[in-house]
Amino acid sequence: MKFIPNSALKEEMLKDIGLKHIDELFSDIPKKIRIKGLDLPKGLSQQETEKKLREIAGKNKSFCELLSFLGGGIKPHYIPAVVKSMISRAEFYTSYTPYQSEASQGFLQAMFEYQSVIAEITGMDIANASMYDGATALGEAALMCARVKKGRDVFVIPGNISWDKKSVLKNYTQGPNISVKEVSYDKKTGRVDVSKLVDMVDESVAGVYVENPNFFGVFEEDIEKISKIVRDAGSLFVVGVDPVSLGVVRAPGSYGADVVIGEGRALGNSMSFGGDSLGIFASKNEYLRQIPGRIIGMTKDEGGKRAFCMALQTREQHIRRGRATSNICTNEGLCALSAVVYMAWLGGTGLRELGRVNFENGQRLAKSVEKVDGFKRVFNGVHFNEFVVKSDVDVDEVNSGLLKQGIQGGFVLDEKCYPGLNNCMLFGNTEMHSDSDMEKLVNALREVS
Amino acid sequence: MYRSAVYDEPFLNELAEGEKGKMKPVTGIPVSLQRKKSVDLPDIDETQVVRHFHRLSQMNYGVDSGIYPLGSCTMKYNPKVCENIAGWDFFAGTHPCQDVSTVQGNLQVLFELERMLCKITGMDYFCLQPAAGAQGEFLGMLLARAYHSSRKDGERDEVILPDTAHGTNPASATMNGYKLIEIPSTGEGTVDLYVLEKSLSDRTACFMLTNPNTLGIFESDILEISKLVHDAGALLYYDGANMNAIMGEARPGDMGFDIVHLNLHKTFSTPHGGGGPGSGPVGVNIKLEKFLPVPRVAKNRGGVYVFDYDAPESVGKIKSFYGNFSVLLKAYTYILLMGSDGLKETSEIAVLNSNYMKKKILDSGKYEMPYKNLRKHEFVLSCEKLKQEKNVAAKDVAKRLLDYGLHPPTVYFPLIVKEALMIEPTESESKKDLDSYIDALIRIADEEPDVVKNAPVNTSVKRVDEVGATKTPVLTWKDF
Repeated sequence: MKFIPNSALKEEMLKDIGLKHIDELFSDIPKKIRIKGLDLPKGLSQQETEKKLREIAGKNKSFCELLSFLGGGIKPHYIPAVVKSMISRAEFYTSYTPYQSEASQGFLQAMFEYQSVIAEITGMDIANASMYDGATALGEAALMCARVKKGRDVFVIPGNISWDKKSVLKNYTQGPNISVKEVSYDKKTGRVDVSKLVDMVDESVAGVYVENPNFFGVFEEDIEKISKIVRDAGSLFVVGVDPVSLGVVRAPGSYGADVVIGEGRALGNSMSFGGDSLGIFASKNEYLRQIPGRIIGMTKDEGGKRAFCMALQTREQHIRRGRATSNICTNEGLCALSAVVYMAWLGGTGLRELGRVNFENGQRLAKSVEKVDGFKRVFNGVHFNEFVVKSDVDVDEVNSGLLKQGIQGGFVLDEKCYPGLNNCMLFGNTEMHSDSDMEKLVNALREVS
Repeated sequence: MYRSAVYDEPFLNELAEGEKGKMKPVTGIPVSLQRKKSVDLPDIDETQVVRHFHRLSQMNYGVDSGIYPLGSCTMKYNPKVCENIAGWDFFAGTHPCQDVSTVQGNLQVLFELERMLCKITGMDYFCLQPAAGAQGEFLGMLLARAYHSSRKDGERDEVILPDTAHGTNPASATMNGYKLIEIPSTGEGTVDLYVLEKSLSDRTACFMLTNPNTLGIFESDILEISKLVHDAGALLYYDGANMNAIMGEARPGDMGFDIVHLNLHKTFSTPHGGGGPGSGPVGVNIKLEKFLPVPRVAKNRGGVYVFDYDAPESVGKIKSFYGNFSVLLKAYTYILLMGSDGLKETSEIAVLNSNYMKKKILDSGKYEMPYKNLRKHEFVLSCEKLKQEKNVAAKDVAKRLLDYGLHPPTVYFPLIVKEALMIEPTESESKKDLDSYIDALIRIADEEPDVVKNAPVNTSVKRVDEVGATKTPVLTWKDF
């Protein structure tokens, strides 16, 4: 049998341990629940499997075949070949969580470097070695705020974040009874309504979350003001970022963030239908012992040589069990490895260029789309590489019209999840979109409107 | 003798300089948000980047390097064909919000994988969203709460678990606001029915159990356990970390479990990636279906797959989108490859390998094994005798194994075994590899204590000062 070397030695090994039949090894399972086998087809050969998967894959269209302008927090980015090549080193990807540090120095150093890179771009003291994704990082951040600010049980979020995040957050905050309150956004700018925020933040608030750029793609220009309001109330300031923007946008650490979270997939990880995500989580030294998840530390070996290991494990579930800062064990290690290889390849200069091109392409696309009759930008706040457009024609019709021309249109904002944004869609583009791609979209929009 | 690669590999920021100080802001970005200080990251030539990470990889041990018998972690071989397929652009290059007509292949994978997992576990429905086993547990706790609340039975605020439970179990329960009741195991290493019955009440939301448990022992009283739990109005939760022991032999659904999580990165052979991404799908029986997260994948009459968000009692979402798709795809491919025959064979040989190792090691008399004799896919030895006689601890044995080029077992877990070595060989290892491992363990027991206590010496670094790492944390390259 494939991948099972001892299949051929079954009889011999059974004999070695004084047994006659393999069933004897399962004699402790009550007869009533023993089954004869599984109701699945017999195994296929590798060749047959590949053929079947090719047929299935043929029912998909990837970004290569389908020019896409979907926003909604996930977009295609260029992944240099170096990333795939390095994370395909089997010493990395077939290893477990580095419990045995002496046999895991390579991965540990890479994670230490990942933490260093994330701390640098976010302007924070420390970062952990990853959370599942941006949404769960937000959930964990809310829990951490409540731990740090004991006795405060409110967590404030703005209305201009995704429904997905709100739903995940609701589930994460249910256990400790944190009440999540929502501050509205300005309908003209798309930015957090600062005057409303002032009224909401008081001594019951453990933390306040703001995203920059927010889900609608808009920059939160008043971030300094917001930060001051939050800190004056003694609450923690949690900021959500798109790392792609951080080469050209101020690091949250510079305007007083206590926790920085974000979706890090854009750093060298493929879209993978939304899978293989990477939750960024960075914070300040003073909250170190309240941080969730794995943290890698530098130390020495017995010979005094630089060495690495998992640090502060007493926060974690395998030691602290029911009193751990989080239940997370398996994280997104390999995605974090992709991110650090990508950042090493990109460098500081590359990150700045990436940010600039994404910003400028975002502006160009918005201008072009707005020139088409029947499409208006909804918010006048400056955006990064996504923006909300209201359409005169039904958005689903627009998208199916575009699809006929081989283009995937914007992310449709369901009014149930985004009240007030009836018949709106989020367009997004990145360094992957050329001028002629944008032109294609604009021409196609003219035809469907 | 084994020798690991040794490099004094510098940090990225020691390889090259980056731009420092002021930078020209990008026009158009609001002034209040313009970055004016360069990101201080090195600009490194591609050749150097490759050599850096290549060298780091050589100072790392993966299951492709050799045996990796971490108990409860199921470090088995990850077929290359699964990796290849998951990397195809047709899958990896798809956006989660594309028009469903352009991702029918992806939806087919999700739809069919759900049904495969149902058949393997005997559950009615599966949710593929959780990113890891612990997140599956977290979802399980949310489902339990939703279930009891919907029955106006919301006072249930306790979760019971045995003292052999994985650390994530109690952590997931408390994260969901539950109080924990930990019950001691019997002298056989199994659930004490009497204590369980006493602990169950109208406050119990759930009993969490791993079966076979973390000692590798199958809970033979499972039907009685199930009856006790359900009679008390509580739910029975299955931690599927040890599912590799019973595929094709028995199913948690038939044992009476209401909620099941699986670890695809264990049983279904997707690589662990140095700590993730993983996948922890959750299966439920019909009474819990309506609470499952959205969206569900459905197939309409025309055979077209769609996402279904219409679930008014759903708990909503626990992660963005649909789970770690590439991991799901690798597991799907693995199940196709193995089929009903291969999965059954997998569990049989995993259990055979474990019992073979156990017997050979115990026959040597160097190690002991408390509790029941028959084990499933893993077993837990105690180094207590070595500790008493030679002051050699489980940790020392583990570190010495590294010198032989062998990855150690899980150590000091479960907590009820003194100086524990928890060994799970999996079905992937050959008899020859098992024999070498057995020999190494026996030899180490006979070695001079000093040699064992000074190990490892053949790895890229000597024994690492973990206490120091926590006492004086250095967590980024700016910290030193």
